[in-house]
Amino acid sequence: MNFKKQKTMLRYGPGTRANHWAMAGAFILLTLSGLAFFHPPFFFLSNTLGGPVWSRVLHPFIGVVLFVLFVIIAVRQLKYNLLMKNDVQWMRQMGDVLNNRDEKLPPIGKYNPGQKLVYWALILCIPVLLITGVIMWRPWFAGFFPIPLIRVASLVHALAAFIGIATIIVHVYAAIWVKGSIKAMTRGRVTHAWAKHHHPLWYEQEMEKPSQRAGGESAQELDAPPHHGARNDGRTSG
Amino acid sequence: MINSQNIVARSATTLPAPHVRDNVVEVAKLIDVSKCIGCKACQVACMEWNDLRDEVGECHGVYDNPMDLTAESWTVMRFSEVETDAVGGADVSKEKELSWLIRKDGCMHCAEPGCLKACPAPGAIVQYANGIVDFDSNNCIGCGYCITGCPFNIPRISEKDSKSYKCTLCSDRVTNGLEPACVKACPTNCIEFGSKKDMLARADKRVNDLKERGYEKAGIYDPAGVGGTHVMYVLHHNDEPGLYHGLPKDPRISPVVGAWKGITKPIMSAILGITAFAGFFHYITKGPKEEPTDEEVFGEGDDHHRVSREEEHRS
Ligand code: HEM
Ligand code: SF4
Ligand code: SF4
Repeated sequence: MNFKKQKTMLRYGPGTRANHWAMAGAFILLTLSGLAFFHPPFFFLSNTLGGPVWSRVLHPFIGVVLFVLFVIIAVRQLKYNLLMKNDVQWMRQMGDVLNNRDEKLPPIGKYNPGQKLVYWALILCIPVLLITGVIMWRPWFAGFFPIPLIRVASLVHALAAFIGIATIIVHVYAAIWVKGSIKAMTRGRVTHAWAKHHHPLWYEQEMEKPSQRAGGESAQELDAPPHHGARNDGRTSG
Repeated sequence: MINSQNIVARSATTLPAPHVRDNVVEVAKLIDVSKCIGCKACQVACMEWNDLRDEVGECHGVYDNPMDLTAESWTVMRFSEVETDAVGGADVSKEKELSWLIRKDGCMHCAEPGCLKACPAPGAIVQYANGIVDFDSNNCIGCGYCITGCPFNIPRISEKDSKSYKCTLCSDRVTNGLEPACVKACPTNCIEFGSKKDMLARADKRVNDLKERGYEKAGIYDPAGVGGTHVMYVLHHNDEPGLYHGLPKDPRISPVVGAWKGITKPIMSAILGITAFAGFFHYITKGPKEEPTDEEVFGEGDDHHRVSREEEHRS
């Protein structure tokens, strides 16, 4: 993308971006430390957190951090992840999606149904991971639960982790696949062209806001008194 | 570890163990519950030999002391007052009588140990060729999966060092040709030790004796569900092992643990790998969705071409 030549618009504010990347970091650490206990060939991954005992100790705490961050982001994005018109049709045309025949796809909102699926899969997994994780958590909590329940929790935790990790693999790939989207989460902005192409309904809606229509990073400060040089700070081409 | 080649199974290890020196005699400890007088000499001998000094607890008004196994009490006597069918002359055979059942609780040294199956730390739990299941605390990470996996509720995590502990069947003594400390201390010969074959023969004799004395349901507790155990009981009420402080009737590794630690793991691992590879090959074959240009989306001559930033700011 070329931020210099193209008009851009805000997709994620600084709070959301910080939250997202903190969550991503936590998720990666959880995946590496969790997989270490998941299956013996992954045991070597337990070194990421400073050895197997540290992995055992830290994993659940990082899990709680992840859960809190996730709740914040999930609540804030909920309204964009509800089923909308064209979503079902878009899903039916998965072949067009995968073969990059975007022009054939019906217009959709801020998130496409694939992204919504990621959202709902995580809505399912992360609370389940928290609940089952607490039931397994030694030495603090597991002692309060009957052993048969701990067995079920362990199985469900492993399954939920599997679904969650698979979901995140898809999520990460989608970000690499759809050029221009990583910028949305690193810089917070996407080009108007990207928005209209991938998320037309969202684009139309946002264009009702003057700051988004203006298309510059400093647009948010459009109403503020001019401040020399500020708009050039951190303003680089993409 | 006494000798790495005597290890026939090792936790969190997917390859088979060395097998050349497998012709080792399987050992067993036989606990004849009908001969136990509840003196706890075995509990003391266990502490003594293993250098364990559990915290002094308090009396709960029953003989059980401590009330449960702990990381520093690897064996405890379980006392159960239960009603059983009266034994004796034919005339009283329908009546109930009070029985005071005493069972020495501790690790059963299962042939198919649930603890070992569940443990995620390589080498934290090992099984020797002679049948003893031993914990190597240096490799233990304190996750407690062994507790989750054990059908007998035996391992305990220490509050001091967060490692898991249980009866070792005095593996150190056995290697050197000695019987376990509890066996040596028992004043009634209620606990015996030898090859599993010998112990089964002796148990048979005891069961016959008990049957002759009227305990028709007497039998050997060597549960097949866990492949047999290397600690066996002679029970006078073998039809109802639950009478002996909840000894499970048909212990086996829970199917939930089987599902958790079984084939699901390689399958899920493979699917994760395939998912990642599918992404890679999709990118290689179909390519990315390139960032659209303004011309493509808005057509030529649209105001989306930014002339200069200064201009825009002034507007
Ligand atoms: C949300 C809060 C979470 C809590 C409280 C939690 C807690 C736990 C606990 C206590 C264990 C047992 C091992 C240990 O003691 O470290 C465990 C295992 C595991 N965790 Fe988590 N966890 C959480 C989230 C996650 C997440 C987000 C993932 C990754 C997607 C994950 C993946 C795993 C895996 C793969 C295992 C191994 C399961 C097995 O042995 O089959 N956990 N977790
Ligand atoms: S009784 Fe429990 S701790 Fe002992 S070998 Fe069997 S499964 Fe393991
Ligand atoms: S607590 Fe130790 S012995 Fe028990 S399963 Fe975990 S690592 Fe293995």
